[in-house]
Amino acid sequence: MATRESTLPLAPRARSIPTVGFRYFLHRYARNRLALVGLWVVLIVFVSAALAPLISPADATKTNFGALLLPPSREHPLGTDDLGRDILSRIIYGARTSLLAGVISVGLALAMGLPLGLISGYFRGHLDNVLMRFTDALLSFPFLVLALAIAAILGAGLGKAMIAIGIVFTPGFIRLSRAQVLSERERSYVEAARAMGANDRRIILQHILPNSLSPVLVQASLAMAVAITAEATLSFLGLGTQPPTPSWGSMLNIAQAYLSRAPWMAWWPGLAIFLTVLSLNLVGDGLREVLDPRLR
Amino acid sequence: MTHYIARRLMLTVPVLLLVTVIVFTLINMIPGDPALVFIGGEAGQDAVEALRKQMGLDRPLFVRYVIWLNRLIHGDFGKSVRDGRPVLDVLLLKLPVTVELAIVALTVAWAIAIPAGVLAAWKRQSVVDYTATTVALAGISIPNFWLGIMLIYLFAVNLRLLPPSGYIEPWIDPVRNIKLMIMPATVLGTALAALVMRLLRSSMLEVLGTEFIRTAHAKGLSDRIVIARHALKNAMIPVATVMGLQLGGLLGGAVITEQIFAVPGIGRLAVESIFTRDYPMVQGVVLFSAVAIVFVNFSVDVVYSFLDPRIRLVEDKT
Repeated sequence: MATRESTLPLAPRARSIPTVGFRYFLHRYARNRLALVGLWVVLIVFVSAALAPLISPADATKTNFGALLLPPSREHPLGTDDLGRDILSRIIYGARTSLLAGVISVGLALAMGLPLGLISGYFRGHLDNVLMRFTDALLSFPFLVLALAIAAILGAGLGKAMIAIGIVFTPGFIRLSRAQVLSERERSYVEAARAMGANDRRIILQHILPNSLSPVLVQASLAMAVAITAEATLSFLGLGTQPPTPSWGSMLNIAQAYLSRAPWMAWWPGLAIFLTVLSLNLVGDGLREVLDPRLR
Repeated sequence: MTHYIARRLMLTVPVLLLVTVIVFTLINMIPGDPALVFIGGEAGQDAVEALRKQMGLDRPLFVRYVIWLNRLIHGDFGKSVRDGRPVLDVLLLKLPVTVELAIVALTVAWAIAIPAGVLAAWKRQSVVDYTATTVALAGISIPNFWLGIMLIYLFAVNLRLLPPSGYIEPWIDPVRNIKLMIMPATVLGTALAALVMRLLRSSMLEVLGTEFIRTAHAKGLSDRIVIARHALKNAMIPVATVMGLQLGGLLGGAVITEQIFAVPGIGRLAVESIFTRDYPMVQGVVLFSAVAIVFVNFSVDVVYSFLDPRIRLVEDKT
């Protein structure tokens, strides 16, 4: 009875902390103008990808042999490509491919890396040793070379490219979350939780995980930028998204052949990748500034 | 010192072994029977079986790994499926081209990054600093294949100042070699320059806040001397330690750069062998690049333990 009484007044206060924290977080994040601009651009890209069928002026895959390689005009604001397709529509639909690749491959890397890192850092021992040497070995491969090799083995295609990129990202997330756990597990709140009888599972999931998430979140936003570039690179080389699905990388691949006749084919997809990746990097830097206690 | 090198070597051996395990696993994940691929579709079942036996494919996976590893150690990386040339010979033939490209790119990158990083840290929160950090962020975000295409469009297609692509050995035509190298090296060096600049800036800021810098100022030394002699030297330590990572980036970047500019190096070899399904060659390139990075990391660590005794003393104590 006594214990119930003593915990009651604490409960609402404990619940109100995250909202204050979140407002505090928003306030701090918004002070960084560039990070705010980045966030807006990322949101715009996400919304246009989601609303692609509604906002794109034409069918992204419909060829029109009467309108080949047209320069930007009123009818086709960004021009047309070698098969007469509207480039603006392809850029809008291409955003779907890019964001999907970014979200899925980073999600995959998180789903594999985070649990392994948590377990490895919490339990230490032989498992930790083996896993660390394994990540050492995986990190020895150049990022793009490994992604290419995996994509080559799995075969061409967007789904396979996402798996390849996800695998290549995993050791980085294992490392990061492990390092986080190593420092958190020595804190007194973990000791307190253990003294109260919490088991390992509860300590990891309820206590250590929430306290380890900020650097992982920062890393995830920066990794998404890299993943989008990686998908575009694989598609550029012909190992990612396959035609006729629009992808910024494969659009650039085709544009190469028409550089002197239709340079606009190369301008827009590249600009789209550049702006999206730049904005994600700005968001990542902004998050780091707010979430990384060392910078406060 | 010897103790430190020995310890570091002990850590390197299992990593190298795991690298070979990963490559072996990757190659064995390729769908399809290698014997069938090698002999062609029309061959009879008996002939395929015989070849499988000859290639050792009937043995257990672990035994095959040991045999494969033994061959690797003796320099036998297998033969190209395309033209039957030994993989190692082809790699060594292409290597100098990629090395030249990497050296020029590194030179370009460091020549831009070091002054920019020092200046940005020295004149912190000035116009110089903001310009340098913004340009660096753009440099990291720009996809290198797009940068390559845009450079070709501007300098080769429009201005006709540089040849669009190709390669010629420097001892045959040094001027044309340089002309052909300018664009690929710039593309390859841009991201690197941006990374080095950001890293150097933050490490300079850290060093500039330390006591010994204040002491140097108090002695009456000029800003210039404090920066060049005291701060830069110390700030370069973390920057130079990421050499291994930079090499990985260079090799990865070389894949795309060499592809765009038709430079016949290791990177282009990788893409070509992937498209021709020349798996022994793919295996060779992947293995080669990973082993190169492991060795560079090892050498950097050893060199640094010479230069900075703190590294080896701390490691030895633990």
